[in-house]
Amino acid sequence: MQMGHNALLRAYRDMLLIRRFEEKAGQLYGMGLIGGFCHLYIGQEAVVVGMQASLKPGDQVITSYRDHGHMLATGMEARGVMAELTGRIGGYSKGKGGSMHMFSREKGFFGGHGIVGAQVSLGNGLAFANMYRDNGQVALAYFGEGASNQGQVFESLNLAALFKLPCIFIIENNKYGMGTSVERASASRDLSKNGAPWGIPGEQVDGMDVQSVFEAAQRAVAHCRAGNGPYLLEMKTYRYRGHSMSDPAKYRTREEVQKMREQHDCIETARSQLMGQGVTEADLKVIDDEVKAIVTDAAEFAQTSPEPDESELWTDILVEAK
Amino acid sequence: MGVEILMPALSPTMTEGKLAKWLKKEGDAVKSGDVIAEIETDKATMEVEAVDEGTITKIVVPEGTENVAVNSPIAELDGGAGGGKAAPAPEAKAEAPAAPKGEDHAVVAAKPHPTIAATPVSVAPEKDWGPTKSITVREALRDAMAAEMRADKDVFLMGEEVAQYQGAYKISQGLLDEFGPKRVLDMPITEHGFTGMAVGAAFTGLKPIVEFMTFNFSMQAIDQIINSAAKTLYMSGGQLGCPITFRGPNGAASRVAAQHSQCYASWYAHCPGLKVVAPWSAADAKGLLRAAIRDPNPVIFLENEILYGHSFECPTDEDFVLEIGKAKVEREGTDVTIIAFSIMVGLAMQAADKLAEQGISAEVINLRTIRPLDIETIVRSVKKTNRVVTLEEGWPFAGIGSELAMQVVENCFDDLDAPPVRVHGLDIPMPYAANLEKLALPRLEQVVEAVHSVTYR
Repeated sequence: MQMGHNALLRAYRDMLLIRRFEEKAGQLYGMGLIGGFCHLYIGQEAVVVGMQASLKPGDQVITSYRDHGHMLATGMEARGVMAELTGRIGGYSKGKGGSMHMFSREKGFFGGHGIVGAQVSLGNGLAFANMYRDNGQVALAYFGEGASNQGQVFESLNLAALFKLPCIFIIENNKYGMGTSVERASASRDLSKNGAPWGIPGEQVDGMDVQSVFEAAQRAVAHCRAGNGPYLLEMKTYRYRGHSMSDPAKYRTREEVQKMREQHDCIETARSQLMGQGVTEADLKVIDDEVKAIVTDAAEFAQTSPEPDESELWTDILVEAK
Repeated sequence: MGVEILMPALSPTMTEGKLAKWLKKEGDAVKSGDVIAEIETDKATMEVEAVDEGTITKIVVPEGTENVAVNSPIAELDGGAGGGKAAPAPEAKAEAPAAPKGEDHAVVAAKPHPTIAATPVSVAPEKDWGPTKSITVREALRDAMAAEMRADKDVFLMGEEVAQYQGAYKISQGLLDEFGPKRVLDMPITEHGFTGMAVGAAFTGLKPIVEFMTFNFSMQAIDQIINSAAKTLYMSGGQLGCPITFRGPNGAASRVAAQHSQCYASWYAHCPGLKVVAPWSAADAKGLLRAAIRDPNPVIFLENEILYGHSFECPTDEDFVLEIGKAKVEREGTDVTIIAFSIMVGLAMQAADKLAEQGISAEVINLRTIRPLDIETIVRSVKKTNRVVTLEEGWPFAGIGSELAMQVVENCFDDLDAPPVRVHGLDIPMPYAANLEKLALPRLEQVVEAVHSVTYR
């Protein structure tokens, strides 16, 4: 099923929000306001936005450390995410998690995990809980093509198939695991077949096109919700920025990046589709302005929210038994 | 309104750099993503990308300028998009990869040492649970799981051979029949994968009991135990707890050699975010396992294979449960405190009998919980006996004995009449040969000798 007009308009807005948010995050990092590791999602926005458009409230999402886009897509507040990046009390983890570790039970977002591949086993657990509770919900476990070689990912595929878990495995193949191209890391040329030994259906999807992602997501979600077990989607996508902020990116040419930006950008594609449907520049400007205001507000909040109190050092280590 | 383009930081440690080259000149239009300049640090050369759109009205810092401070204006842009200052995002292109970032030393407020009241306060004796009967540790563990599973449908058991086989060591005997395959689940031999799955399920509020056939195999899954189960509560600012129990036999069994004979107490006890429990008797096993399953935190529950078949008196009260974090004085004495956990409590009791024959009155503390450590009970005892011997099966280096000795020194050094002495397994991989294995583990005479040394006999 194709995205309707309103859904596409919404997707455009959500992708733009992620893009502008990440640009602002890059800027704040450059100003020294964000520390540590900061992995930007710029270029890959269509993946999370297309997937999220197929979910229902209660469905769960889990991903790796490149997680800002996922959080915004689940509806988490830009303010709380940006303030976590700056390490402030107003952040989702009160400043104790940082870029890689944020969560929102309310929005079904279970992190934000820094150990490559670990989130796949954890995502299986979210799906297991859905099966255990028989609640009809599905879990989405996102991971990169780099993580797809981890042993626990294959263990998880086996477990998911064995227990028919309602889990959608989403490989975000952005071609590079840090500086190593997929060709140099995986002997498989079609990662969508990684679940095949266990009978898990898989598809390769144009992850630069939100419509294609949405259509694939519909098939995957329907399959899982019907109790048919897991599903695997390989999203062919691309990150424009380095692996993290301090990545010198010698492993690819500027021309390669420029070509993806100019010919396959998900936001530009959606924009021209919308204009083909009669949306005007003025209409889009309204969206642009709304998004810009959200990001500006988030950046302002992230700089004015105080740092966590020293007493926070010793909280949240253990849950106090009731 | 104009926008200042600021010198960006390429890493948190960068304070200044060289503006190597301008790729745009005054009057040029730029849009988001355009490379406008190259900057150099001692680590790398990076391209500077524009974030905002507009026309460059002024280049403030000419190319070739060295030591340009981070966040100082390098150019001005006419007001394309919004106002204010804008540091461009650094984009990569480097001669050498940026060095991995080291952690800056942070000055952190030190948590005060656990302080103990100067005068020992009398503590309430452990609750009297009434009538007891003799059961094995194996039965106690099974009964504890069954009781908690009856009480809470969110509790389930998973592990290798726990269901149809009835448990590799028959701990889960009968549970599949009572609770069915939805709540007693056989896992494939895939510790890393199923442990992660259990932790993920616990994040949603389910309360898994994960049986490791032995704790040796938990090494396959230790990343999920430490990095996911133990740390997520903190990393989430208190949002996401992990109510999960990891249990199974720990330490040496008998003649199973190095890979199957290791004590993991100090490994897990090292980590904040975990609780670590090690029962000795059937009552310990039952009362503490029920508490572990109910606990809203990840609990490492270290059993002992040899003890599974041992029988002890255990309260029959249906509500019997023990508190995690409380040690038990198994035997009172006045001359020396012997601190032990798990199977070594039995050896400590034997030693106390032997010492009594020699006129030495030994107090034996069964730790029951290793983390959080019940230092109050230990200090209270040491203030009375003024001497301490620690006893464990595990290796000495950074072992539980080392921690106990240090905490005793920190808390009641002035009460000590002799330096603490550790009795422990030898600092070697466990040998297979019967005679060597026996020599590698703590022996009765070593405990007695250790007590002699601290009592100067």
